[in-house]
Amino acid sequence: MMPDVTETKALRPWSGDRAPADWGLGDGQAVPWEYAPAPESKDVVTIKPRYGLFIDGREVNASDGGWFKSVNPATEEALAEVAKATTADVDRAIRAARRAQKTRWGNLPGRERAKYLFRIARILQERSREFAVLESMDSGKPIKESRDVDVPLVANHFWYYAGWADKLEYAFPGRVAKPLGVAAQVIPWNFPLLMLAWKIAPALAAGNTVVLKPASTTPLSALLFAEVCQQADLPAGVVNIVPGPSEIGMHLVSSPNVDKVAFTGSTVVGKLIQKATAGTNKALTLELGGKAANIVFEDAALDQAVEGIVNGIYFNQGEVCCAGSRLLVQESVQGALIEKLKDRLSTIRVGDPLDKNTDVGAINSKAQLDKITELVEAGVAEGADMYQPACDLPDRGYFFRPTLFTNVAQSHRIAKEEIFGPVLSVLTFRTPDEAVEKANNTPYGLSAGVWTEKGSRILWMVRKMKAGVVWANTFNRFDPTSPFGGYKESGFGREGGMHGLHAYVKLEDR
Amino acid sequence: MTRTASNGRKPPTAGGRVEVRKTYKLYLGGQFPRSESGRSYVVAATDGTPLANAVRASRKDLRDAVRAARGAFPGWAERTAMNRGQVLYRVAELMEGRRDQFVNEVAQAEGIRDDRAREVVNRAIDRWVWYAGWADKIAQVLGSSNPVASDFFNFTIPEPTGVVGVVAPEVSSLLGLVSRLAPPLVAGNTVVVLASESRPLPAITLTEVLATSDVPGGVVNVLTGRKRELVPVLAAHVDVDALDVWGVPDDLRKDVELLAADSVMRIARRPAGVTDARFDWLDDRASERPEWIAAYLEMKTVWHPIGV
Repeated sequence: MMPDVTETKALRPWSGDRAPADWGLGDGQAVPWEYAPAPESKDVVTIKPRYGLFIDGREVNASDGGWFKSVNPATEEALAEVAKATTADVDRAIRAARRAQKTRWGNLPGRERAKYLFRIARILQERSREFAVLESMDSGKPIKESRDVDVPLVANHFWYYAGWADKLEYAFPGRVAKPLGVAAQVIPWNFPLLMLAWKIAPALAAGNTVVLKPASTTPLSALLFAEVCQQADLPAGVVNIVPGPSEIGMHLVSSPNVDKVAFTGSTVVGKLIQKATAGTNKALTLELGGKAANIVFEDAALDQAVEGIVNGIYFNQGEVCCAGSRLLVQESVQGALIEKLKDRLSTIRVGDPLDKNTDVGAINSKAQLDKITELVEAGVAEGADMYQPACDLPDRGYFFRPTLFTNVAQSHRIAKEEIFGPVLSVLTFRTPDEAVEKANNTPYGLSAGVWTEKGSRILWMVRKMKAGVVWANTFNRFDPTSPFGGYKESGFGREGGMHGLHAYVKLEDR
Repeated sequence: MTRTASNGRKPPTAGGRVEVRKTYKLYLGGQFPRSESGRSYVVAATDGTPLANAVRASRKDLRDAVRAARGAFPGWAERTAMNRGQVLYRVAELMEGRRDQFVNEVAQAEGIRDDRAREVVNRAIDRWVWYAGWADKIAQVLGSSNPVASDFFNFTIPEPTGVVGVVAPEVSSLLGLVSRLAPPLVAGNTVVVLASESRPLPAITLTEVLATSDVPGGVVNVLTGRKRELVPVLAAHVDVDALDVWGVPDDLRKDVELLAADSVMRIARRPAGVTDARFDWLDDRASERPEWIAAYLEMKTVWHPIGV
């Protein structure tokens, strides 16, 4: 049954009850259809009132009995209380990890380690919807993405690295790959479970044990993962999870008793973590911020490019380190492309992350929403032209309209700083050389996109771009077999693929 | 200055002829300047016998060297891999022709006997050959085609990181230097070297080989001087992409790495537990490592759709 238009007003992606003129419905004609709410059921997940730390195979309280709340950013309501790890808890987790590495995991034949990882992958597949719903509730990302992107990639990641555990000798010809020992891992809130998988799977495959600190706004999926470890009968201490504030993460990476540090997060914090390892022999990988250029040449298939641009910057509310936040469009197609882009923006549905039709969910936290707001205000103040579709936002929760800036100069803050939100800055170029110059004019170097129908130009751009991942006629694709990581101040080391293993081994002579 | 080191070697003087001594200078952007600071320091043999005055490079010289290296980077990186390999192989060819000079200088600098110095020089020449051969192979060994679970062709290729600062080993004046210099070079990086502070002369003679080989000016830049003065400037330079801290004095390493972190500089360290003084550079297995090349490579992954 067609819902009454006035009742569903909150869901309409445009203002008024008239369709955009170019929808082919006749100028200003009333819209004949509307999206009905399509909420994903929350029944599939049971959120406990309290979650403890996961140390040495057991759920335990913090040593000082402290708790903090994890909030659903779409409702601003607390989902659960989470034990707040102390430095003593972190030290205890490191000792448990060391013990497990020395006495059990490090001595286990690779083919046995593999089977544990395969088990984990299978359990994640079996419980996939449960994880997807919890992830969307805790982080604000649309269920469409957690269900179809995050969680499948998580399971695949464990699957992929499981198979490496007993084949390390083939990954490093001429060398013997030995585990580093205990890995200290600190992950961000934008892909809470996926980043956990990127960190834990290769570490375990190579024979390391881990102490992982999830982000303080998104600890729940990591703590549900602890349950998976228990279900898989993973030996105690191989995986330890210690939620807490950033000081806890800094304590973890600074510990003299860890051998490896892996961090994904902002460049500012990445530098602090690199400093925390200065003068030591700890292995370090950093996956930091980005300000990716998405470059559209005049011969590109513009409709496809529009989809890629939208996916590039509005995927996961733009809270993506490799987001295509700078659109570089060749001057001759600027007008046509921007028109198409504005039309497309008018159909983006912002709202309840658990609604299966939602394209853009909630911003992860109030702090992040404030940061996005500040940078967008700076964009307006510095003279760029802002466009936002006239969609309604929910009354509660941290939401932000998809935003497009034209008339942007390279010196504007919105063109230089990582916004980590659904905000696109459009710049133009005339020649391929100018496109390269502008694309590389940033201290970051994580990713880039190129849109053109000319193959040789794609490869020429690939060669010139200072970026660790280049998407040609696509954007924001990920796969466990595909190495990911940055150039320049976007960090070093790779995650994914055979290269991702390298970050978790020391190579000795045969 | 007597220039007679503990091994009893004297410079060749035939028939009472007065020897023409060499002025040891910096190697910067393909030129041999003195320091803009006009400073020098006395280099002595291991027994204290003065050997020569070396240039004491300034911070300004170092910044000039980084600029030269940055300028030379695109050209060197975009050479074909085979061409880079041939250019570096030619360094070995030219060293072979000046072997006696190197033997003489290494013996004086390191206070070792001639036969030992000959072995060291031979090995330095062979090391160029070993690393040069990697130029057109490293991408095949370290690159990959990735079987993604979707309709994309996905591949990963190594690319040079950029400008690399090499703080050369302090003890092994030539073989250690070559072993640490060749890996970043063969990958297509350009390099700023801080030579051994106490034994800088063989490094300068190596630059004379580089200048007359086909290595383009600016691809290798060599400074002599005080590490405590220069290393922090190198580490804090935002246009240096990677830093080899092998030859950094142990008590300085932490401070140097703190400075390097400000630009997320890549750091190449000695393996844990290895000291500069005791490392055996004659051990081919220990010193010829593709991992040392990989330390100065960035992996670039490319996605391309498959469709009609």
